[in-house]
Amino acid sequence: MSAEANMTTTNTVTPNTINIDGQDIPFKNGQTIMDAALAAGVYIPHLCHKPGLTPHGSCKLCTVDIGSRSMSTSASDRRTQTKFSVDIDRRSVSACTTPAVAGQQISNDTPALNEVRKTITQMLFIEGNHLCPACEKTGNCTLQAVAYHLGMLDGHFPQFFPRREVDASHPTVMLDLDRCILCELCVRASREVDGKNVFAIAGRGINAHLIVNSPSGKLVDSDLETGDMAVHICPVGAILIKEHGYEVPIGRRTFDLHQVGEIGLEPVILAKARHTNE
Amino acid sequence: MSQPSRTITIEQLNTFIADAGLHSSHLLHILHAIQQRFLHISHEAVNEVASHLGLPISQVESVVEFYSFFYNTPRGRYNILLSNCTSCGYKSGGENLLRMLCHRLRAVAGKTRGDGLVSIDETSCIGMCDHGASLLVNGMPITRLDADKIARIADLVETETPLADWPADWLRVDDNIRVITGDLTAASGKPSRMASSSTSGLLLNNDFVAGGGLHAMLARGIEGTLAEITQSALRGRGGAGFSTGMKWKFCREAQGDAHYVVCNADEGEPGTFKDRVLLHSHADAVFEGMTVCAAVIGAKQGFLYLRGEYRYLLPHLQTVLARRREQGLLGNSILGQQAFNFDIEIVVGAGAYICGEESALIESLEGRRGVPRNRPPFPVTHGYLDQPTVVNNVETFVAAAHIALCGSAWFKSVGTEKSTGSKILSVSGDCAAPGIYEYPFGVSIQQVLNDCGAKSVQAVQIGGPSGALINPAKFNRKLGFEDLPTGGSFMVFGQGRDLLTIIVNFAHFFAHESCGFCTPCRVGTTLLKNSLDKIAGGHGTQYDLDEMKRIGELIKRRSHCGLGQTAANPILDSLQRFPQIFEQRLAHGNFEPYFNLDGALEEARQVTHRDDAAAHLE
Ligand SMILES: Cc1cc2nc3c(=O)[nH]c(=O)nc-3n(C[C@H](O)[C@H](O)[C@H](O)COP(=O)(O)O)c2cc1C
Ligand code: SF4
Ligand code: SF4
Ligand code: FES
Repeated sequence: MSAEANMTTTNTVTPNTINIDGQDIPFKNGQTIMDAALAAGVYIPHLCHKPGLTPHGSCKLCTVDIGSRSMSTSASDRRTQTKFSVDIDRRSVSACTTPAVAGQQISNDTPALNEVRKTITQMLFIEGNHLCPACEKTGNCTLQAVAYHLGMLDGHFPQFFPRREVDASHPTVMLDLDRCILCELCVRASREVDGKNVFAIAGRGINAHLIVNSPSGKLVDSDLETGDMAVHICPVGAILIKEHGYEVPIGRRTFDLHQVGEIGLEPVILAKARHTNE
Repeated sequence: MSQPSRTITIEQLNTFIADAGLHSSHLLHILHAIQQRFLHISHEAVNEVASHLGLPISQVESVVEFYSFFYNTPRGRYNILLSNCTSCGYKSGGENLLRMLCHRLRAVAGKTRGDGLVSIDETSCIGMCDHGASLLVNGMPITRLDADKIARIADLVETETPLADWPADWLRVDDNIRVITGDLTAASGKPSRMASSSTSGLLLNNDFVAGGGLHAMLARGIEGTLAEITQSALRGRGGAGFSTGMKWKFCREAQGDAHYVVCNADEGEPGTFKDRVLLHSHADAVFEGMTVCAAVIGAKQGFLYLRGEYRYLLPHLQTVLARRREQGLLGNSILGQQAFNFDIEIVVGAGAYICGEESALIESLEGRRGVPRNRPPFPVTHGYLDQPTVVNNVETFVAAAHIALCGSAWFKSVGTEKSTGSKILSVSGDCAAPGIYEYPFGVSIQQVLNDCGAKSVQAVQIGGPSGALINPAKFNRKLGFEDLPTGGSFMVFGQGRDLLTIIVNFAHFFAHESCGFCTPCRVGTTLLKNSLDKIAGGHGTQYDLDEMKRIGELIKRRSHCGLGQTAANPILDSLQRFPQIFEQRLAHGNFEPYFNLDGALEEARQVTHRDDAAAHLE
């Protein structure tokens, strides 16, 4: 709880700029740190974020550290703040959900933070079943691309090998939850772009999993259609379009040709998912 | 209500849901009713509930799967949940009572017995920590378990004796309010005599007459009352310690269609039970504090979010609410004031520690999974239904009611400068007199240990698993926001305890209670749990300790909410303060794999009927 957040006052900093790794970056009121960064061509690694959809803040890949002269707010529960000395001057926030506030001094592309992100990415790999060489998404997969970007060479932790379901009931769309990273991009795209409500997350903790909103719980009984944004937005190979495997050969796929850190790559990634050639 | 049964027709279901809906249309309540009646919530039931309430099927399904007390496969007609807390858990007395009960009833933990009579499982702390090992049978607590009682319970279950015919005194839950005699004040509640007492009776000894706080508020005026609350420097008792006066002020100033008051009675932190006692014996003060808050912020509706484990308190609380309505202390025109309308609804949770986090609590109130929201915005501006909402702990409301009555000077006469007033502690574990103690803030750990009769103490866990593990060298530390803040849990671990077992228990707790929203906590709490199990099993190495520290710090710093941010505390604290408990268990060498290679061959050996040397790796 911190209504003080509203009371943040700035003192000597340039109005409406934040500073990321030493670079001053302008922002408009209402923008998040991520919005401002992307608009200025600064890449902050992210997986559950997609411009245009409501920010989510779950993957924590966009974790940045803030130290700010005008600091008076706290992002985390006050309970923790008082109980444990979270260093007020270097607090950790999700760039995708934290509003830009003038004067924020933000660390982003540092070895320490990239190490944290690498560990988080490893967590995402080992909690699911990601057999990249056998996955249609390989080369087009943002999770894989982020892993390469962060220099991740292995899963590091023992695999959880969860039992997850495949739903092949739908005529054109296939759901393989082995690869789902719970980013809820499909959940939001269905609600916010497609005007439907096809997906949701159920369960708790390590058992959290994607479910389909239909009487049988099967995709075939939902109102999902091939053209829906929800079908194309999955950053991994959990939602795939049937009968369109390997149309773009390995070696010519999105992340064979592009770096995940390139700004404005979204249309390219989506286009690939839609199976049109570049 | 008819006997619980697991067979259902759709018509039965529909009538049942419609009836349940008349009682309360809250999703959690309807699901609870179905669970009670049909022993599980089937896929058909999910679909019917969704259509009755006009909710997406996926929302109902996701709720059923989130809360521990909802099941999608049938439970036994006697559904028995033993607490696994270190204080009120099934192992707290030294014996494994869960195993004993399963053995007697020929049941397998976690599975419903073939004839559908009984299901036995464990559950997170049920807040009976001052009563020894405890369980819930069909939601009713039975405390002070021992081998003998377990045997009698098994007989009662086997003979299908209705719960109503079980020994009445088994179902009694005592308050165990411990009053330290000596310089203790009389029950009159006069401030001057309280300040010097070692245990303060500030709240517990004060006779509170229903309506007293409201009359005082009307006399003082609403502005004046808010000023008293602010001047009292009261800080939230749920653990966060945010200024209550400020919170109310921000909410009062926030624009919205409606304002709401929410009392957080989720009390899920293992080792905490003081809210249970306040709800049982001081419910008027709780509701009065909420009503004072309503007047200050301009709320017409309030909610008390009661943890599912305390459902047995519901009839009592409803009675108090009904009486207060009759007394003109709730409802329309409270105390004859034309524009003073306020009422309180009780919403009962269904087994999820995370729902104590205020924004997860609000999500749950709204009929969803208890997943903490992104903040800002904070509940004071965007809370229940996105409207300005005050969420306070039970004890905070009790204190506020008393401050409305007795004023800020009275309150500040006790405690320290930064931590005014008293703190109600839930003392449990290895001591002679577990129970509820009220102290002025600033009391030392040693003082509490002396008063509760704790001898040869190895460690004290302050604030529950999410708090701090303190070693004897630091027993002079003081409870209060300036040193050791606490939500009230005070668990004593004597020399006889195996600390590592306790740390393992806490790690399992967090992994079980993580909501699963953010990666560091969802995956990290399970990684920590697995590492600790490995170490406790004698297969850990220094490498595992280093990894736990690294992962623990990452979870603490990078998680979305307070659960993840505190989940590694027991491990980080004990690595620092009790390194020997890990080191004595380490295997030699620098690395041991997570799985036992030779053990993995066991199945192959059995299939081939071999057990000779060549069939083993070592
Ligand atoms: C995981 C978690 C569990 C919590 N559980 C409780 C609880 O059971 N009761 C409570 O009052 N506060 C709990 N809190 C703190 C609440 O989020 C919130 O700060 C508190 O209810 C505010 O009331 P207060 O200001 O009166 O303390 C919890 C916080 C977290 C992160
Ligand atoms: S299916 Fe894909 S888009 Fe949907 S939550 Fe899983 S990973 Fe994200
Ligand atoms: S820290 Fe844990 S409980 Fe909190 S949001 Fe993340 S997963 Fe959920
Ligand atoms: S991109 Fe910000 S938390 Fe996922």
